[in-house]
Amino acid sequence: MNRPPPGPVRTFASAVAGFAAFLLVWQLSVSFVPFLERVPAPADTARAISQLATGDLLWKSIVASVFRVAWGFCLAVGIGIPLGVLLGWVPTARAVGNPVVQALRPISPIAWLPIAVLLFGRTRWFSAADVEAIFIIFIASFFPIVTATTSAVSSIDHKYIRSAANFGVGGSLLFRRVILPAAMPQILTGLRLALGIAWVVVVAAEMLGVQSGLGYQINDSRNNLRYDLVTAVMAVIAVIGLLLDSAMSRIEHATLARRGARHA
Amino acid sequence: MTPPPDADPSAGDKILVRDVHKTFSTKKGDVQVLEGVDLAVRDREFLAIVGPSGCGKSTLLNCMAGFERISTGSIEIDGVEVTAPSPKRVFVFQETGIFPWFSVWDNIGFGLSRMPFEQKHEIVMRYIRMVGLDGFEKSFPSELSGGMKQRVEFARALAVDPDVLYLDEPFGALDAFTRLEMRREVVRIWGETHKTCILVTHDVEEAIELADRIAVMTQRPARIQTVLDNPQPRPRDPDRREFRALKDEIFGILGVERSV
Repeated sequence: MNRPPPGPVRTFASAVAGFAAFLLVWQLSVSFVPFLERVPAPADTARAISQLATGDLLWKSIVASVFRVAWGFCLAVGIGIPLGVLLGWVPTARAVGNPVVQALRPISPIAWLPIAVLLFGRTRWFSAADVEAIFIIFIASFFPIVTATTSAVSSIDHKYIRSAANFGVGGSLLFRRVILPAAMPQILTGLRLALGIAWVVVVAAEMLGVQSGLGYQINDSRNNLRYDLVTAVMAVIAVIGLLLDSAMSRIEHATLARRGARHA
Repeated sequence: MTPPPDADPSAGDKILVRDVHKTFSTKKGDVQVLEGVDLAVRDREFLAIVGPSGCGKSTLLNCMAGFERISTGSIEIDGVEVTAPSPKRVFVFQETGIFPWFSVWDNIGFGLSRMPFEQKHEIVMRYIRMVGLDGFEKSFPSELSGGMKQRVEFARALAVDPDVLYLDEPFGALDAFTRLEMRREVVRIWGETHKTCILVTHDVEEAIELADRIAVMTQRPARIQTVLDNPQPRPRDPDRREFRALKDEIFGILGVERSV
């Protein structure tokens, strides 16, 4: 079953075919299933997208959502990777810390919203609603990052550690030149996963409490009974989600390209 | 403490292993791996340790390198007890221990991190040439064959100018042809550098081709059963009578019936 992977033209053509089939099924369902008659058709959605694209509301919403994801994600990287390295490297820290991380992980990030409001609701120097949303994004991406980093560092091949010890390499040099690079493939996978979750969660977070962003636009459109705008914003969310994921995937490939371990 | 039977009390002993016991604690209780190992390694010699698989050869080597602590006994190098790994004695791993995230140049320079660039470059390039990898300094391990990776590992070990090289089945992961080629390379490199080399292998032919002396270990819990001299001139031909006779002798000691 080891068939050679299809070329880029074939891959692209297959994807286009898939989307065409999806749009066709969507259009036919809306046209012929009475139950779905109020659902906007692809053409309505396309019209709504072009309408949105002429004003600056769409761009402002995109910037607001991406801004929150960027902050929350970067904070999670900045705190999650060092914590994961600590938990992965020090067995005692792992024994103490990992059960807590694993217990908190299944809590939906949205469930943290009341806590976020309690913590940051009175923020003055920054929009409180923004800080709350950022906090939720932070929570959403933090746990996959910590978990991936912990597992990556704790499973580093013993011979690399021994080699380093043999050549008298220890301390910060050991971390920079051996532990981090050895753990990098798994950490990058965790980051990609975390960014995907963060993008899913930002929309939900923006439906609760904030007055801007793509999630808010979906809510707002629904309140105005403009379901064509709802599907238009959903399409925009999909495209940006794809772009974020392919950006992460590019970073992953560029970092690991010459190792051959994963992308040989 | 009784002196090891084969120890030459005169100067020239680089490593002195005396009555070493090593016990591993497992869930099923203690497992005795080494039981009174005595061994003297002479300065600049090539010594091979052969024995049945799983007899504790690698454990002994790990203890000599300072990766593992012995239970009782002593291991001294130049009269100093071994307690931790040191760049003065470098370990060459079975499956290459070179770093896949570094280029060949960075791998070979790994042990020279505190050195100014010019000096480091000169040393790295010298060993790249010695192991025959000219032109590959910017390549990554994933772009190299198994034999070339093993060359990088040898160069990385030699670059820190150690006194002792520990070779733990260094050709175990290579195909048969590359293994033969690498044996020849190791003989050549050893001839050029004259490091004290200790090779652990279960391949008797490999031991005879490379080593000046061959220590034969017993089944676990292991001791050194005997140490055989191997004064044949290099390069050694496995078809020669002395070679085959020594091979038969070792197989006899190991208790393997063998018809030639």
